[in-house]
Amino acid sequence: MSTESSAAIGSVEGVSLYDVDNPAPVIEPPRKRTGKTPKGSRTNFEMYAWLFMRLSGIVLVVLVLGHLLIQLVLDGGVSKIGFAFVAGRWASPFWQLWDLGMLWLAMLHGANGLRTVINDYAERENTRFWLKMLLYTATVFTVLLGTLVIFTFDPNIR
Amino acid sequence: MATPTLDKVEAESAASPYITVTLRIRRFNPEVSDEAQWQDFRIEIDPKERVLDALHKVKWDIDGTLTFRRSCAHGICGSDAMRINGKNRLACKTLIKDVNPEKPITVEAIKGLTVLKDLVVDMDPFFQAYRDVMPFLITKGNEPTRERLQSPEDRERFDDTTKCILCAACTSSCPVFWNDGQYFGPAAIVNAHRFIFDSRDEGGEQRLEILNDRDGVWRCRTTFNCTDACPRGIEVTKAIQEVKRALITRRF
Repeated sequence: MSTESSAAIGSVEGVSLYDVDNPAPVIEPPRKRTGKTPKGSRTNFEMYAWLFMRLSGIVLVVLVLGHLLIQLVLDGGVSKIGFAFVAGRWASPFWQLWDLGMLWLAMLHGANGLRTVINDYAERENTRFWLKMLLYTATVFTVLLGTLVIFTFDPNIR
Repeated sequence: MATPTLDKVEAESAASPYITVTLRIRRFNPEVSDEAQWQDFRIEIDPKERVLDALHKVKWDIDGTLTFRRSCAHGICGSDAMRINGKNRLACKTLIKDVNPEKPITVEAIKGLTVLKDLVVDMDPFFQAYRDVMPFLITKGNEPTRERLQSPEDRERFDDTTKCILCAACTSSCPVFWNDGQYFGPAAIVNAHRFIFDSRDEGGEQRLEILNDRDGVWRCRTTFNCTDACPRGIEVTKAIQEVKRALITRRF
Protein backbone atom coordinates (compact mmCIF):
# COMPACT_ATOMS: atom_id res chain seq x y z
CA MET A 1 0.00 0.00 0.00
CA SER A 2 2.70 2.48 0.99
CA THR A 3 4.83 1.96 -2.13
CA GLU A 4 1.74 2.21 -4.26
CA SER A 5 0.73 5.48 -2.63
CA SER A 6 4.09 7.17 -2.93
CA ALA A 7 4.16 6.26 -6.60
CA ALA A 8 0.72 7.73 -7.01
CA ILE A 9 1.56 10.98 -5.28
CA GLY A 10 4.98 11.55 -6.87
CA SER A 11 5.12 13.02 -10.33
CA VAL A 12 5.04 10.77 -13.40
CA GLU A 13 8.75 11.29 -14.19
CA GLY A 14 9.60 10.01 -10.73
CA VAL A 15 11.15 13.32 -9.70
CA SER A 16 9.02 15.58 -7.54
CA LEU A 17 9.32 19.32 -7.94
CA TYR A 18 8.73 19.80 -4.26
CA ASP A 19 10.46 18.58 -1.14
CA VAL A 20 10.71 19.38 2.56
CA ASP A 21 12.72 22.58 2.08
CA ASN A 22 10.78 23.65 -0.98
CA PRO A 23 7.11 22.87 -0.32
CA ALA A 24 4.37 23.52 -2.84
CA PRO A 25 2.12 26.52 -2.31
CA VAL A 26 -0.99 25.64 -0.32
CA ILE A 27 -4.36 26.06 -1.99
CA GLU A 28 -5.99 29.10 -0.43
CA PRO A 29 -9.75 29.67 -0.49
CA PRO A 30 -11.06 32.78 -2.25
CA ARG A 31 -10.99 36.06 -0.31
CA LYS A 32 -9.49 34.54 2.81
CA ARG A 33 -10.02 36.50 5.99
CA THR A 34 -7.13 38.90 6.33
CA GLY A 35 -4.95 39.14 9.41
CA LYS A 36 -6.71 42.26 10.59
CA THR A 37 -10.45 42.61 10.24
CA PRO A 38 -11.36 45.61 8.08
CA LYS A 39 -13.13 48.40 9.87
CA GLY A 40 -16.88 48.29 9.52
CA SER A 41 -18.91 50.92 7.73
CA ARG A 42 -21.28 51.34 10.69
CA THR A 43 -24.29 51.96 8.48
CA ASN A 44 -27.58 50.11 8.32
CA PHE A 45 -27.51 49.74 4.55
CA GLU A 46 -27.30 45.95 4.53
CA MET A 47 -30.16 45.70 6.99
CA TYR A 48 -32.39 47.99 4.96
CA ALA A 49 -31.49 46.10 1.78
CA TRP A 50 -32.44 42.83 3.47
CA LEU A 51 -35.71 44.27 4.77
CA PHE A 52 -36.50 45.79 1.38
CA MET A 53 -36.14 42.38 -0.27
CA ARG A 54 -38.74 40.87 2.09
CA LEU A 55 -41.23 43.71 1.95
CA SER A 56 -40.98 44.41 -1.79
CA GLY A 57 -41.30 40.66 -2.38
CA ILE A 58 -44.66 40.57 -0.60
CA VAL A 59 -45.96 43.62 -2.47
CA LEU A 60 -44.65 42.28 -5.78
CA VAL A 61 -46.59 39.04 -5.37
CA VAL A 62 -49.82 41.06 -5.36
CA LEU A 63 -48.75 43.51 -8.07
CA VAL A 64 -47.30 40.96 -10.49
CA LEU A 65 -50.03 38.33 -10.08
CA GLY A 66 -52.68 41.04 -10.47
CA HIS A 67 -50.88 42.34 -13.54
CA LEU A 68 -50.67 38.89 -15.11
CA LEU A 69 -54.31 38.20 -14.32
CA ILE A 70 -55.51 41.40 -15.96
CA GLN A 71 -53.21 41.15 -18.96
CA LEU A 72 -53.41 37.48 -19.76
CA VAL A 73 -56.52 35.90 -18.24
CA LEU A 74 -59.48 38.24 -17.66
CA ASP A 75 -61.65 39.69 -20.39
CA GLY A 76 -60.42 38.01 -23.55
CA GLY A 77 -56.87 37.27 -22.39
CA VAL A 78 -53.71 38.14 -24.25
CA SER A 79 -55.44 38.78 -27.58
CA LYS A 80 -56.99 42.04 -26.34
CA ILE A 81 -53.64 43.69 -25.60
CA GLY A 82 -52.85 46.45 -28.02
CA PHE A 83 -51.95 50.11 -28.10
CA ALA A 84 -55.54 51.05 -27.34
CA PHE A 85 -55.72 48.71 -24.34
CA VAL A 86 -52.54 50.17 -22.80
CA ALA A 87 -53.66 53.71 -23.57
CA GLY A 88 -57.01 53.05 -21.93
CA ARG A 89 -55.44 51.67 -18.81
CA TRP A 90 -52.87 54.41 -18.42
CA ALA A 91 -55.61 57.01 -18.63
CA SER A 92 -56.35 56.12 -15.01
CA PRO A 93 -53.89 57.29 -12.32
CA PHE A 94 -54.55 54.07 -10.44
CA TRP A 95 -53.01 51.89 -13.14
CA GLN A 96 -50.25 54.42 -13.66
CA LEU A 97 -49.35 54.08 -9.99
CA TRP A 98 -49.72 50.29 -10.15
CA ASP A 99 -47.30 50.02 -13.06
CA LEU A 100 -44.94 52.58 -11.57
CA GLY A 101 -44.85 50.67 -8.29
CA MET A 102 -44.28 47.43 -10.11
CA LEU A 103 -41.47 48.89 -12.20
CA TRP A 104 -39.61 50.41 -9.28
CA LEU A 105 -40.05 47.52 -6.88
CA ALA A 106 -39.23 44.83 -9.44
CA MET A 107 -36.15 46.65 -10.73
CA LEU A 108 -34.77 47.45 -7.29
CA HIS A 109 -35.62 43.98 -5.99
CA GLY A 110 -33.90 42.35 -8.93
CA ALA A 111 -30.93 44.72 -8.82
CA ASN A 112 -30.38 44.09 -5.13
CA GLY A 113 -30.62 40.35 -5.72
CA LEU A 114 -27.99 40.56 -8.44
CA ARG A 115 -25.81 42.76 -6.23
CA THR A 116 -25.91 39.97 -3.66
CA VAL A 117 -25.02 37.38 -6.28
CA ILE A 118 -22.10 39.50 -7.49
CA ASN A 119 -20.86 40.07 -3.94
CA ASP A 120 -21.03 36.34 -3.30
CA TYR A 121 -19.50 35.01 -6.48
CA ALA A 122 -17.22 37.63 -8.07
CA GLU A 123 -13.92 36.94 -6.36
CA ARG A 124 -11.70 39.72 -7.69
CA GLU A 125 -12.21 43.23 -6.37
CA ASN A 126 -12.13 44.73 -9.88
CA THR A 127 -14.56 42.26 -11.42
CA ARG A 128 -16.95 42.88 -8.57
CA PHE A 129 -16.72 46.65 -8.93
CA TRP A 130 -17.32 46.72 -12.70
CA LEU A 131 -20.10 44.16 -12.63
CA LYS A 132 -21.87 46.25 -10.01
CA MET A 133 -21.34 49.45 -12.01
CA LEU A 134 -22.86 47.73 -15.06
CA LEU A 135 -25.76 46.54 -12.94
CA TYR A 136 -26.43 49.98 -11.42
CA THR A 137 -26.24 51.68 -14.81
CA ALA A 138 -28.71 49.24 -16.34
CA THR A 139 -31.05 49.58 -13.36
CA VAL A 140 -31.04 53.38 -13.30
CA PHE A 141 -31.51 53.52 -17.08
CA THR A 142 -34.48 51.12 -17.07
CA VAL A 143 -36.16 52.70 -14.07
CA LEU A 144 -35.83 56.25 -15.43
CA LEU A 145 -36.90 55.32 -18.94
CA GLY A 146 -39.93 53.39 -17.64
CA THR A 147 -40.94 56.22 -15.31
CA LEU A 148 -40.62 58.70 -18.12
CA VAL A 149 -42.83 56.62 -20.40
CA ILE A 150 -45.52 56.11 -17.74
CA PHE A 151 -45.77 59.84 -16.98
CA THR A 152 -45.35 61.31 -20.45
CA PHE A 153 -47.39 58.70 -22.29
CA ASP A 154 -49.36 60.32 -25.10
CA PRO A 155 -52.35 58.26 -26.30
CA ASN A 156 -52.69 60.42 -29.43
CA ILE A 157 -49.17 59.79 -30.67
CA ARG A 158 -48.94 59.22 -34.40
CA MET B 1 -19.76 -18.29 33.81
CA ALA B 2 -17.22 -20.63 32.29
CA THR B 3 -15.98 -19.75 28.86
CA PRO B 4 -14.69 -22.72 26.91
CA THR B 5 -12.03 -21.46 24.57
CA LEU B 6 -13.00 -23.65 21.68
CA ASP B 7 -16.63 -22.53 21.70
CA LYS B 8 -15.62 -18.88 21.74
CA VAL B 9 -13.29 -19.24 18.76
CA GLU B 10 -15.99 -21.06 16.83
CA ALA B 11 -18.61 -18.42 17.63
CA GLU B 12 -16.28 -15.64 16.55
CA SER B 13 -15.38 -17.20 13.24
CA ALA B 14 -19.03 -17.92 12.59
CA ALA B 15 -20.13 -14.33 13.11
CA SER B 16 -17.20 -12.01 12.69
CA PRO B 17 -18.26 -8.41 13.14
CA TYR B 18 -15.56 -7.18 10.80
CA ILE B 19 -16.30 -6.00 7.32
CA THR B 20 -14.03 -4.68 4.62
CA VAL B 21 -14.39 -0.95 4.12
CA THR B 22 -12.80 1.24 1.49
CA LEU B 23 -11.72 4.58 2.88
CA ARG B 24 -11.21 7.14 0.12
CA ILE B 25 -9.14 9.96 1.62
CA ARG B 26 -8.22 13.22 -0.07
CA ARG B 27 -4.48 13.52 0.44
CA PHE B 28 -2.47 16.70 0.11
CA ASN B 29 1.18 17.04 0.97
CA PRO B 30 2.87 20.24 -0.21
CA GLU B 31 6.26 18.60 0.32
CA VAL B 32 5.46 16.04 -2.36
CA SER B 33 3.01 17.57 -4.79
CA ASP B 34 1.11 20.79 -5.33
CA GLU B 35 -2.09 18.90 -6.03
CA ALA B 36 -4.44 17.03 -3.78
CA GLN B 37 -5.59 13.59 -4.82
CA TRP B 38 -7.78 10.77 -3.65
CA GLN B 39 -6.24 7.65 -2.18
CA ASP B 40 -8.05 4.43 -1.31
CA PHE B 41 -7.35 2.34 1.77
CA ARG B 42 -9.01 -1.01 2.35
CA ILE B 43 -9.36 -1.95 6.00
CA GLU B 44 -11.08 -4.56 8.11
CA ILE B 45 -13.27 -2.87 10.67
CA ASP B 46 -16.30 -3.42 12.85
CA PRO B 47 -19.11 -1.29 11.36
CA LYS B 48 -20.04 -0.22 14.88
CA GLU B 49 -16.72 1.59 15.16
CA ARG B 50 -16.27 5.20 14.14
CA VAL B 51 -14.67 6.83 11.14
CA LEU B 52 -11.99 8.13 13.50
CA ASP B 53 -11.12 4.51 14.40
CA ALA B 54 -10.80 3.75 10.71
CA LEU B 55 -8.46 6.73 10.28
CA HIS B 56 -6.42 5.51 13.25
CA LYS B 57 -6.19 2.05 11.67
CA VAL B 58 -4.85 3.61 8.49
CA LYS B 59 -2.39 5.86 10.29
CA TRP B 60 -1.13 3.24 12.75
CA ASP B 61 -1.10 0.16 10.53
CA ILE B 62 -0.94 1.22 6.88
CA ASP B 63 0.34 4.72 6.22
CA GLY B 64 1.86 6.77 9.02
CA THR B 65 1.99 9.91 6.90
CA LEU B 66 -1.78 10.34 7.02
CA THR B 67 -2.33 13.59 8.90
CA PHE B 68 -5.45 14.63 10.75
CA ARG B 69 -6.39 16.44 13.96
CA ARG B 70 -8.02 14.80 16.92
CA SER B 71 -7.72 15.33 20.64
CA CYS B 72 -10.40 13.97 22.92
CA ALA B 73 -11.95 11.64 20.34
CA HIS B 74 -15.31 11.91 22.07
CA GLY B 75 -17.06 14.79 20.34
CA ILE B 76 -16.13 17.56 22.77
CA CYS B 77 -12.85 19.12 21.65
CA GLY B 78 -14.02 19.83 18.10
CA SER B 79 -10.71 18.97 16.43
CA ASP B 80 -11.77 16.34 13.95
CA ALA B 81 -14.45 18.00 11.86
CA MET B 82 -14.09 16.69 8.32
CA ARG B 83 -16.12 16.15 5.21
CA ILE B 84 -17.29 12.53 5.29
CA ASN B 85 -19.27 11.40 2.26
CA GLY B 86 -19.66 15.04 1.27
CA LYS B 87 -21.09 16.15 4.58
CA ASN B 88 -19.35 17.92 7.44
CA ARG B 89 -19.22 15.70 10.52
CA LEU B 90 -17.03 14.87 13.46
CA ALA B 91 -15.08 11.71 12.64
CA CYS B 92 -15.36 10.69 16.29
CA LYS B 93 -19.16 10.85 16.28
CA THR B 94 -19.79 9.15 12.96
CA LEU B 95 -20.23 5.38 12.98
CA ILE B 96 -19.03 3.41 9.96
CA LYS B 97 -22.43 1.72 9.63
CA ASP B 98 -24.12 5.11 9.27
CA VAL B 99 -22.11 6.26 6.26
CA ASN B 100 -22.95 3.44 3.84
CA PRO B 101 -19.85 1.21 4.21
CA GLU B 102 -20.78 -0.86 1.11
CA LYS B 103 -19.46 1.99 -1.00
CA PRO B 104 -16.13 3.78 -0.53
CA ILE B 105 -16.34 6.29 2.32
CA THR B 106 -14.89 9.61 1.20
CA VAL B 107 -13.01 11.65 3.76
CA GLU B 108 -11.66 15.09 2.98
CA ALA B 109 -10.71 18.29 4.76
CA ILE B 110 -13.45 20.83 5.52
CA LYS B 111 -13.96 23.37 2.75
CA GLY B 112 -13.29 27.10 2.70
CA LEU B 113 -10.11 26.97 4.78
CA THR B 114 -6.54 26.51 3.57
CA VAL B 115 -5.52 22.86 3.60
CA LEU B 116 -2.10 22.51 5.20
CA LYS B 117 -1.73 18.75 4.89
CA ASP B 118 -4.22 15.95 4.24
CA LEU B 119 -7.14 16.66 6.59
CA VAL B 120 -5.50 19.48 8.55
CA VAL B 121 -6.67 22.99 7.70
CA ASP B 122 -5.54 26.43 8.82
CA MET B 123 -8.11 27.40 11.45
CA ASP B 124 -6.75 30.93 12.02
CA PRO B 125 -9.33 32.77 9.84
CA PHE B 126 -12.07 30.84 11.61
CA PHE B 127 -10.84 31.77 15.08
CA GLN B 128 -10.24 35.34 14.02
CA ALA B 129 -13.89 35.68 13.08
CA TYR B 130 -14.69 34.18 16.48
CA ARG B 131 -12.48 36.69 18.29
CA ASP B 132 -13.97 39.57 16.32
CA VAL B 133 -17.42 39.10 17.87
CA MET B 134 -15.91 39.43 21.37
CA PRO B 135 -16.96 36.08 22.84
CA PHE B 136 -16.51 37.08 26.47
CA LEU B 137 -18.63 38.67 29.18
CA ILE B 138 -18.74 42.47 28.93
CA THR B 139 -20.14 44.39 31.89
CA LYS B 140 -20.22 47.93 33.16
CA GLY B 141 -19.88 49.22 36.68
CA ASN B 142 -18.36 47.60 39.72
CA GLU B 143 -17.78 43.92 39.98
CA PRO B 144 -20.31 42.31 42.31
CA THR B 145 -18.99 40.62 45.42
CA ARG B 146 -20.92 37.44 44.62
CA GLU B 147 -22.02 35.54 41.51
CA ARG B 148 -23.96 37.26 38.78
CA LEU B 149 -27.33 35.62 39.29
CA GLN B 150 -29.64 34.65 36.46
CA SER B 151 -33.09 33.12 36.38
CA PRO B 152 -33.55 29.71 34.72
CA GLU B 153 -35.67 31.38 32.04
CA ASP B 154 -32.93 33.87 31.22
CA ARG B 155 -30.42 31.04 31.01
CA GLU B 156 -32.76 29.07 28.77
CA ARG B 157 -32.83 31.95 26.27
CA PHE B 158 -29.33 31.22 24.95
CA ASP B 159 -28.95 27.61 26.10
CA ASP B 160 -28.76 26.21 22.57
CA THR B 161 -25.79 28.32 21.52
CA THR B 162 -23.73 27.49 24.62
CA LYS B 163 -23.23 24.00 23.21
CA CYS B 164 -20.83 25.14 20.46
CA ILE B 165 -17.46 23.36 20.44
CA LEU B 166 -15.91 25.51 17.67
CA CYS B 167 -15.28 22.57 15.36
CA ALA B 168 -15.95 24.75 12.25
CA ALA B 169 -18.30 22.16 10.75
CA CYS B 170 -20.99 24.83 10.30
CA THR B 171 -18.81 27.63 8.98
CA SER B 172 -17.07 25.36 6.49
CA SER B 173 -20.41 24.03 5.24
CA CYS B 174 -21.68 27.53 4.44
CA PRO B 175 -21.71 28.30 0.69
CA VAL B 176 -21.28 32.02 1.37
CA PHE B 177 -18.15 31.30 3.42
CA TRP B 178 -16.75 29.08 0.64
CA ASN B 179 -16.89 32.02 -1.75
CA ASP B 180 -16.03 34.81 0.62
CA GLY B 181 -13.95 34.17 3.69
CA GLN B 182 -14.67 37.69 4.88
CA TYR B 183 -18.13 36.56 6.00
CA PHE B 184 -18.14 36.02 9.75
CA GLY B 185 -19.69 32.60 9.33
CA PRO B 186 -22.24 30.67 11.40
CA ALA B 187 -19.90 29.73 14.26
CA ALA B 188 -18.94 33.32 15.04
CA ILE B 189 -22.59 34.40 14.93
CA VAL B 190 -23.62 31.52 17.19
CA ASN B 191 -21.03 32.59 19.75
CA ALA B 192 -22.13 36.21 19.47
CA HIS B 193 -25.71 35.03 20.00
CA ARG B 194 -24.62 33.27 23.18
CA PHE B 195 -23.63 36.65 24.70
CA ILE B 196 -26.12 38.95 22.97
CA PHE B 197 -29.00 37.09 24.61
CA ASP B 198 -27.28 36.63 27.98
CA SER B 199 -29.09 38.80 30.53
CA ARG B 200 -25.83 39.33 32.47
CA ASP B 201 -23.95 40.71 29.49
CA GLU B 202 -23.94 44.39 28.53
CA GLY B 203 -21.92 44.29 25.31
CA GLY B 204 -24.77 43.14 23.12
CA GLU B 205 -25.01 46.47 21.35
CA GLN B 206 -21.36 46.34 20.27
CA ARG B 207 -21.70 42.79 18.96
CA LEU B 208 -24.89 43.63 17.08
CA GLU B 209 -23.08 46.58 15.52
CA ILE B 210 -20.30 44.28 14.31
CA LEU B 211 -22.74 41.74 12.87
CA ASN B 212 -24.83 44.48 11.24
CA ASP B 213 -22.06 45.16 8.75
CA ARG B 214 -21.46 43.99 5.20
CA ASP B 215 -19.95 40.68 6.24
CA GLY B 216 -22.32 40.10 9.14
CA VAL B 217 -25.64 38.33 9.48
CA TRP B 218 -27.17 39.90 6.36
CA ARG B 219 -24.99 37.73 4.17
CA CYS B 220 -26.73 34.62 5.50
CA ARG B 221 -28.81 33.00 2.75
CA THR B 222 -30.70 30.65 5.12
CA THR B 223 -29.60 27.50 3.32
CA PHE B 224 -29.61 25.57 6.62
CA ASN B 225 -26.30 23.86 5.76
CA CYS B 226 -24.98 24.95 9.15
CA THR B 227 -27.89 23.48 11.09
CA ASP B 228 -27.51 20.22 9.16
CA ALA B 229 -23.77 20.10 9.78
CA CYS B 230 -23.68 20.94 13.48
CA PRO B 231 -22.55 17.83 15.39
CA ARG B 232 -23.99 19.29 18.58
CA GLY B 233 -27.45 19.75 17.13
CA ILE B 234 -27.45 23.52 17.57
CA GLU B 235 -30.13 25.24 15.51
CA VAL B 236 -27.55 27.50 13.93
CA THR B 237 -29.73 29.09 11.27
CA LYS B 238 -32.34 29.87 13.89
CA ALA B 239 -29.71 31.60 16.01
CA ILE B 240 -28.64 33.69 13.02
CA GLN B 241 -32.25 34.62 12.35
CA GLU B 242 -32.67 35.65 15.99
CA VAL B 243 -29.71 37.99 15.68
CA LYS B 244 -31.29 39.46 12.54
CA ARG B 245 -34.55 39.97 14.40
CA ALA B 246 -32.73 41.62 17.30
CA LEU B 247 -31.05 44.00 14.83
CA ILE B 248 -34.35 44.94 13.22
CA THR B 249 -36.33 45.38 16.45
CA ARG B 250 -33.46 47.46 17.84
CA ARG B 251 -33.91 49.96 15.02
CA PHE B 252 -37.70 50.16 14.87
